[in-house]
Amino acid sequence: MASTTFRALYDDDDLLMHAVKKLRSEKYHIEEVYTPFPVHGLDKAMGLADTRIAITSFLYGCLGLAVAITMMNYIMIQDWPQDIGGKPSFSYLENMPAFVPIMFEMTVFFAAHLMVITFYLRSKMWPFKKAENPDIRTTDDRFLVEVAVGNDEEALKELLLDTGAVEVQVPKK
Amino acid sequence: MKYTFSNRLKIGSYIAMGLGLVMLIAGFMNTPANVEEAKAMVAAAHSDGHGGHGGDAHADQTNAMASHDGEHTEEAAGHGEGHSASHDEHVYHQLKNRPWSALYVAAFFFFMISLGTLAFYAVNRAAQAGWAPLLFRVMEGITAYLVPGGIIVFVLLVLSVLHFNHMFTWMDAEVVAHDALLQGKQGYLNPTFFLIRAAIFLGGWIAYRQISRKLSLAQDKADDDSNFKKNFRWSAGFLVFYLISESMMSWDWIMSLNPHWFSTLFGWYVFASMFVSGITVIAMVTIYLKSKGYLQEVNDSHIHDLAKFMFGISIFWTYLWFSQFMLIWYANIPEEVTYFVTRIEHYKLPFFGMLALNFIFPLLVLMNSDYKRVNWFVIMTGIIILFGHYMDVFNMVMPATVGENWHLGIPEIGGILFFGGLFVFWTFTALTKEELMPKRNPFIEESRHFHY
Repeated sequence: MASTTFRALYDDDDLLMHAVKKLRSEKYHIEEVYTPFPVHGLDKAMGLADTRIAITSFLYGCLGLAVAITMMNYIMIQDWPQDIGGKPSFSYLENMPAFVPIMFEMTVFFAAHLMVITFYLRSKMWPFKKAENPDIRTTDDRFLVEVAVGNDEEALKELLLDTGAVEVQVPKK
Repeated sequence: MKYTFSNRLKIGSYIAMGLGLVMLIAGFMNTPANVEEAKAMVAAAHSDGHGGHGGDAHADQTNAMASHDGEHTEEAAGHGEGHSASHDEHVYHQLKNRPWSALYVAAFFFFMISLGTLAFYAVNRAAQAGWAPLLFRVMEGITAYLVPGGIIVFVLLVLSVLHFNHMFTWMDAEVVAHDALLQGKQGYLNPTFFLIRAAIFLGGWIAYRQISRKLSLAQDKADDDSNFKKNFRWSAGFLVFYLISESMMSWDWIMSLNPHWFSTLFGWYVFASMFVSGITVIAMVTIYLKSKGYLQEVNDSHIHDLAKFMFGISIFWTYLWFSQFMLIWYANIPEEVTYFVTRIEHYKLPFFGMLALNFIFPLLVLMNSDYKRVNWFVIMTGIIILFGHYMDVFNMVMPATVGENWHLGIPEIGGILFFGGLFVFWTFTALTKEELMPKRNPFIEESRHFHY
C-alpha cells in the first residue's frame, strides 16, 4: 500500500537538496519534487536519467535537411529545370550553393520546432491542461517533495522535520 | 608546479626542425635554373602523373593564363608565339616560387596559431571569463612563439620586397608598368608602405603580448589587483587594434598575392581560421600537459569548454567561407570569380577536401556533449582541424604563386616539420619559465572549481 504520500514543504533550495539526498540515502521513494525555479543539480540528486531530447533534435534536423534537398531537387532540377539568370540547373550539385540557405533554415526549423513539440508531448503540456501543482505556493517561494510512505509513517515524518521541512502534509487519497 | 621540458619532446622538436630544414633546402635546390629546365620539369611531371590528358592540361593552362593575375593578359589575347614564350616564363616563375610558397605558408600558419591564441587570450581577459585563468599560462606559452614566428614572417616579406622571389606580383615594377589596375592600387600596395604596415602590426601584437605577460606575472607577486585591472584595459585596447590590424594584415600578406582580386569579408575569414587553430592548439597543449601530470586542476569541464569553442568557431569559419564563396559564385562577376575558378579547376581536392576537414568532421564529431570531454577525441579532431587550416592557408596562397604546379611534396612537408618543430620548441621552452598556474588572479578560485 504505497498509495499514500507525504508532502514536505521547504523554504530554501539548499535544504531541499539536502533533504532529497537524505531521503534517497534512506531508501525512500521520491514521487515528485515541485520547485518555483530550476534548482541546479536537483536532477542528479534525484537520480533522474539524462534527457534524450538533443538526440531527437539531431534526427529532426536530418529529416529537415532531407526534406529541403528532396523538395528543391524535385522542383528546381527534375520537374522544370528552367534557365533562371544563367544558374546551372543541370544537376543538384551544380546549383547547390543557391540551395544552401534553404537547406540550412529547414534543418534548423525542423530541429527546433519538432523538438519543442516533442517536449510538450513528453511533459504533457497543452493550452487547456489542468494545472497539477499540489500546493499553490510552490510556484512562488516554496519547494515541495512528495515521498511515498513506507511501513512507518512516524519515522518518515520525523525524518522530514529533521531535514528542515517547514510543513508536512498528509493528504487523503 | 613548474613544467620541465621532457627530453623526448625536445629531441623530437630538434629532429623535426633538422629534417624540415633539409627538406626545405632540397626544395630550393630542386627549382629550375632557367626557362628550359622549367619546361623539361613540367613535361616530365605531365608524362608521369597525368598520363592521357596532356592536351587538356595545356588548354587549361591557357585559360588560367588569361585569367591569372592579368600579368600577361595582353599577350594572351591572341598572339600565339608571344604567348607561348611568356607562358614558359610564367611556369618558370611558378616553379621558382614553390619552395618559397611552401616556406611562407608554413611560416604564416604557425605564426597565425600563436596570433589566434593571443586574440583568444585577450578576449578571455577582456570578458573576465571565470573558467579561463587556469589556462592563461598555457596561452602565454603559445603566444611566446609570436616573437620568432613574427620575425621570420617579416624577414620573408622583406625578402619578397627585395625580389628574392616572385610571390607578390605587384612588387615587380615591370609588371606594374603594364598594369593599369596595379598602378591604381600603388598608393596602398607599394613596398615601403607594405613593410611599414607589417612592422606596425607585428610591433603592436608583440608589444601587447609582452606587456600582458609582464602584468600577468606581476599580479602573482602583488598584494592588490592593480596589475589585473591594467591587464584588462590593455586587453580591451589590444582587441580594437587587433581587429583593425588583423584585417589589414590579411589584405597585405594574403589577399595581395592576388592583387587583382578583392573580397570584403576576407579579413574575418582569415581571423576565423587563426582563431579556431589557436583554440585547438590551446586544447591540445593543455591535454598534453595534463596527461604528463601538470595542470592537475584542469578538469573535464575546461576541456569541454575548449572543445565547444573548437566546434563553434569551426562552424563560424565555414559560415564565412561559404558566404564568401556563395556571394561570388552567385553573382559570377568576372573580376571576382577568377579566384574561385582557378581554385576549383586546379585545386579541386584541397579546396573541397579542406571544407570536409574543417566543417563536416568537427560538426559530427564534436556535436555530442560527452565526446567533448574525451581527451583523445579532442586531440584527434584537433589534428584534423589543424591540417584542415594548413590546407586553408595553402589554398589561399598557392594558386596565386605556383598556379597549377602545386604538390604536397618535400618542400611543403619540410616547411610544416621545420616550423612545427620550432613552434613546439619555443612554446614548451616558454612554458618552463614560470609556474603553470597563476596565483593571485581574482578569478582563479572560480576557474579551479569550474564545473559545467
